[in-house]
Amino acid sequence: MYSDKVMDHFQNPRNVGEIKDADGVGEVGNPTCGDIMKMYIKVKDDVITDIKFKTFGCGAAVATSSITTEIVKGKTIKEAQELTNSQVAEELDGLPPEKMHCSNLAADALQKAINNYLGIEDDDVCTHCEDIPEGH
Amino acid sequence: MKKVYLDNAATTPVASEVKEAIEPYLTKKFGNASSVHSFGRDVRKEVELVREKVADLIGADDSQEVIFTSGGTEADNLSIKGVVMKNRDKGNHIITSAIEHHAVLHPCEYLEEYHDFDVTYLPVDEDGLVDPDDVAEAITDETILVSIMLANNEVGTIQPIAEIGEMLEDKDIYFHTDAVQAVGSIPVDVDELKVDLLSLSAHKFNGPKGIGACYIRKGTKIIPFMHGGAQERGLRASTENVPGIIGLGKAVELAAENLEEKQKEITRLRDKLISGIKDNIDEVTLNGHPTNRLPNNVNVSIRYIEGESLLLNLDLEGIAASSGSACTSGSLDPSHVLLAMDIPHEIAHGSLRLTLGKYTTEEEIDYVLEKLPEVVDRLRAMSPIYNKAE
Repeated sequence: MYSDKVMDHFQNPRNVGEIKDADGVGEVGNPTCGDIMKMYIKVKDDVITDIKFKTFGCGAAVATSSITTEIVKGKTIKEAQELTNSQVAEELDGLPPEKMHCSNLAADALQKAINNYLGIEDDDVCTHCEDIPEGH
Repeated sequence: MKKVYLDNAATTPVASEVKEAIEPYLTKKFGNASSVHSFGRDVRKEVELVREKVADLIGADDSQEVIFTSGGTEADNLSIKGVVMKNRDKGNHIITSAIEHHAVLHPCEYLEEYHDFDVTYLPVDEDGLVDPDDVAEAITDETILVSIMLANNEVGTIQPIAEIGEMLEDKDIYFHTDAVQAVGSIPVDVDELKVDLLSLSAHKFNGPKGIGACYIRKGTKIIPFMHGGAQERGLRASTENVPGIIGLGKAVELAAENLEEKQKEITRLRDKLISGIKDNIDEVTLNGHPTNRLPNNVNVSIRYIEGESLLLNLDLEGIAASSGSACTSGSLDPSHVLLAMDIPHEIAHGSLRLTLGKYTTEEEIDYVLEKLPEVVDRLRAMSPIYNKAE
């Protein structure tokens, strides 16, 4: 069902944990929909110098969180803002169709953390849940 | 790597005795049971012997009340659609429960949508029990069929079928029970349960897949939904699956041997597993009835972690289990059974079902009790909601 890369990131997730003095924190999801993801970023000179996450969710949710942290670490805020969920899925050599919404979750959590760092207010909605197509 | 199979409610391995019994029926005893010549007649005799064995196992008076089907799903479909279509001049109302297997729920939904039947889906209590009084209250002049499962496949709760059967006995309403998880695991007797129809499946008790049976009490008005030849007294067209039937017969024989003794031993292992999990992991709840449950069923919710990632991690340790998490159901919602028991979504997402079987050993239970807490710790360390609780 999952690619080797997904399983690798699931088994050995990178950058798990919290950053106590984070510059930005983003949280998406809720326990009802079965996924919650929290991301912490540390920013210096407009570059994401450190990033950590915590995830309650399925194998895909853990793997997408992990790869997202790997992709954006060392990137500028602007570069990180351009990260799309399809890129996240591609980096993992694809996700099963019913798990594609999990890639939104990771990208959403990151954007929220960036918005929090930039001081931009955003709505506290579980966007990835609404994005799930019927029957998934 | 060590492999521990604890998903026996999904399916069981075919017993070697069953495999041996089937083998000749794939080769030299290949005849069509409906043929007139000796190839057919010899096979027919064996098929009828199996029918008697199945009848004996479930306490049916006459082996002609047993119809072979392709499995539990077909037996459920035959019972429900066959009875309500035949009896719709008497009414259009069906009573079932919210925790039935999809092989019962989906035929009911189909009958509602395409054939204008009304269906009442009874609620259950927090242990997953249907209240017989609720059944009685739901009955209307239009009610023609009640279908309540004998034991639930997810949480193992055993329903008060005999009590419901007793209440329905003097009424002109047919009573079906899906006994797929129960037959082979606990004693089942159609007269004690007072059911008119019952479904069973061989692969749940070490028989082959693709074969099951439907008990249909003499006098039950029912129509077939497989049309073709006159096999199974015209109730189920299709050339008899002889190797499957022979396999079912052997599996029945094996299941009937010392059933109560085996039940005791498996219950002991089940209870060891339940108490071991509770002792070694905090914030765990047992789903399903604490005592009125299948001897082989353990279903727990482990808070702050999600079922699919739990299953994947256990699989990496060689342990096969299942979960009612949304991520494993292919839908957005967790198990309909857990939700019907009023278990909140977030706790249902962390459910884990471990089902023991004929070949489960104490050593395997010990292995699970060693590995499961480690896996839970690993996942909780990663969980943002576990922190919140601290």
